[in-house]
Amino acid sequence: MGFNLKHYVKSFSLRELMQGMGVTGKYFFGRKLTIQYPEEKTPISNRFRGHHALRRYPNGEERCIACKLCEAVCPALAITIDLEERPDGTRRTTRYDIDMFKCIYCGFCEEACPVDAIVETNIFEYHFENRGENIQTKEKLLAVGDKHEAEIARMKAADAPYR
Amino acid sequence: MVEFLNNLLTAFLPDWLALLVMIVLKIVAIVLPLILLVAYATYAERKIIGYMQVRLGPNRVGFKGLLQPFADMFKLIFKEIVVPEKSNRFLFLIAPLLAMGPAFAAWAVIPFSDGMVLADVNAGLLFLLALTSLGVYGVIIAGWASNSKYAQLSALRIGAQMVSYEIAMGFALVGVLMASGSLNLGDIVRAQSGSIFSWFVWPLFGLFLVYFISGVAETNRAPFDVAEGESEIVAGFHVEYSGMAFSIFFLAEYANMWLISALTSLMFLGGWLSPFQGLTFLTDTPVIGLLFGDGIHWLLLKASFFMLLFFWFRATFPRYRYDQIMRLGWKVLIPVTLVWIFGEGLAIALGWTPWL
Repeated sequence: MGFNLKHYVKSFSLRELMQGMGVTGKYFFGRKLTIQYPEEKTPISNRFRGHHALRRYPNGEERCIACKLCEAVCPALAITIDLEERPDGTRRTTRYDIDMFKCIYCGFCEEACPVDAIVETNIFEYHFENRGENIQTKEKLLAVGDKHEAEIARMKAADAPYR
Repeated sequence: MVEFLNNLLTAFLPDWLALLVMIVLKIVAIVLPLILLVAYATYAERKIIGYMQVRLGPNRVGFKGLLQPFADMFKLIFKEIVVPEKSNRFLFLIAPLLAMGPAFAAWAVIPFSDGMVLADVNAGLLFLLALTSLGVYGVIIAGWASNSKYAQLSALRIGAQMVSYEIAMGFALVGVLMASGSLNLGDIVRAQSGSIFSWFVWPLFGLFLVYFISGVAETNRAPFDVAEGESEIVAGFHVEYSGMAFSIFFLAEYANMWLISALTSLMFLGGWLSPFQGLTFLTDTPVIGLLFGDGIHWLLLKASFFMLLFFWFRATFPRYRYDQIMRLGWKVLIPVTLVWIFGEGLAIALGWTPWL
């Protein structure tokens, strides 16, 4: 122990406390980093994995061929698919449900899809108001795809060179 | 205006009733602005700490968030007051009032300007010491009556902490009392008149620091807020409180902060005295003379500065460990005050009193 004058001078002059307050005092006048959310938004990556959508071909036929690869790869078991053979011999889904509560937004379904039918869009501001709405049916997913096709196509094209 | 009101009342009412009405009016005139100050202290705290943490703070309700305190108030009024089933109901509900009562009652002896005081008592300083000590009861009773482990722990911590720091605080005030030779707060301020250099902060600088640090510890503000330590005991003594019962604790805490700020300004920074005292070319100018002269605005300005320090501390310093709080209180602050008082007493005994 012993008497350490330097220590006493340092602690009684409150030098380190003043230094600390100097730091916060400097930031008081600094530039603020807050993003005013509903008015301002941060940029979103082209690979963003948000709400799902089912896409169509330009002629209006749905892309999904009910191969069930997404159902098989889904780690959260969120996807349920039933299928039929149409009169023209094509294989299509009758049911394509995603449970949004089970979904972990890993993007594996999108990776697995051989025809780029199921995709994850950059929509992240959505909510459910009633029980059961968390099950996104085929109709709802196709509707999302129809509505945002231009944006989805732009994102996929922008990301394509890096894949 | 006070004279006019007094004459008006005595004309219509019996003497004792007129006196009562007069006192109640004076109390309202003190408490209402105080509550408004408290409300805006919460806003200022959130804004200042936000700015120091490079964010904006509340800015949605009203212009720049200026109506935020009222939004908070209305929210709290409409919330349910939950009383825990196994709590002591009577003590649980009376504790917030016990916390708030002393915090407001202490303002009775605060002179806002020359002669502007509700009760000009001679032992004002003693009255203050007594009332600030009473504040601890509300907190301890709240912690006990909640029948919750966290609240109990917090009450124990706060009890020990407030009792410890009261000693350093009391000793710091003894220094002021020795320098001014009076227990009356108005006389203490008047003893500091002359110029900015006759304020007690210069001869009693150590006591000034000790007093304010103890004041921060007394009001359980960061960095001495172990009683509310969010990381360990959630919210401390008021975990079980909700709605208005909670907001009364909040009110008491901020009223206490204003009290400590006002007292520090009164005892050490000359209260309502202007720092430009003695500079006659400023104080004698017709219009700005009012601004530069003595008045309540200087007390408000000085108290606001100390409030800013409270917020600044909270934004800067990490919370003390409990044993460090005790060490600081007993082994640093109290010896410092004792040495300072001894030196001051020696100076007075030798007649070397430049502050008089």
